[in-house]
Amino acid sequence: MIEAILILLVCQLFGEALARGLGLPVPGPVLGMALLFTALQVRARLRPDAPGVETLPLGAVAAFLLANLSLLFVPAGAGIMSHAATLAEHGAGLIVALVLSTAVTLAVTALVFVKVAGLGRRGDAP
Amino acid sequence: MSDASRLWVYLAASPLLWLAMTLLAYAIADRLSLAAKRHPLVNPVLIAVAALSAMLWASGTPYATYFEGAQFVHFLLGPATVALAIPLHRNWPVVRRAIVPILAALGAGSLTAVISAVGIAWAFGAPYELLASLAPKSVTAAIAMGISEGLGGNPSLTAALVITTGVLGAIMVTPMMNAMGLTDYRARGFAAGVASHGIGTARAFQVDPVAGTFAGIALGLNGLITALIVPALMAWLR
Repeated sequence: MIEAILILLVCQLFGEALARGLGLPVPGPVLGMALLFTALQVRARLRPDAPGVETLPLGAVAAFLLANLSLLFVPAGAGIMSHAATLAEHGAGLIVALVLSTAVTLAVTALVFVKVAGLGRRGDAP
Repeated sequence: MSDASRLWVYLAASPLLWLAMTLLAYAIADRLSLAAKRHPLVNPVLIAVAALSAMLWASGTPYATYFEGAQFVHFLLGPATVALAIPLHRNWPVVRRAIVPILAALGAGSLTAVISAVGIAWAFGAPYELLASLAPKSVTAAIAMGISEGLGGNPSLTAALVITTGVLGAIMVTPMMNAMGLTDYRARGFAAGVASHGIGTARAFQVDPVAGTFAGIALGLNGLITALIVPALMAWLR
């Protein structure tokens, strides 16, 4: 359990160090994710018979964190109230922009994904 | 001083109270969401944030005091982002086969998110500082705040817009995808991650593990690409 938490923290630490050291626009935790992913892929290559990561404590800790991902946004969310004044002043424009932009982005992203995936499949067929 | 106010003075100065309240608000919100069979409108982040905002307002507690307690929960966002590597690794064969649609949807979605939000707010006459705060609203808070700061926006306002976008996306994604007749969980999850970052990803994991994995990939990739394209696009508006 401790080792599993340590693995996550060390990956994040290396990610932060890389991002800051090289001045990359990517946040440390995202680089940390890439590092851990690479390590897991290498482990699976080197030891194909090793037990899957989901059976290890690391898998259990990750599953616990991701199952409660919503909780982790609550502290930042409670800060919205401190911007009530700005939100009230530009409220209409901001709300319309957020709602429409989110809806259009969802639709465009999903449609492009499905269309391009469909093209690939048709291309494979003889 | 009465015993009750002495207790309040002690509790208000320690992180214990607001850490406990954050977990309590979320535990109740999550129960409600479960009881509503994960109906998209009964969003646990929205309910918990509303309940906490009411508590902070009623007790006259400044956000900074609240955050001293809640920061322990907030901190876990970093390790949770790293933990996305595990579902990505497990589902890698599925992801690898979808690499072309992933890149195409990422480019289209990322541009749409920035241009539509900035364009609409600009049409409503929003000032530059507000547009710069709004532009990165679809990416995860840490990246969005960095982008906003670099452009002369207001990072803390950006955080508020990011969370609002996340909740909106998490509420809209399921009914919208059903209405559009899209049944591919890879596409649905990826859209949730591009449009509404981690809160969309949390919603996707509630619905389906493959959707959650694709949302997690979208969250990471969109953070990266938005950090690159927003400064270029916003240079036009200066």
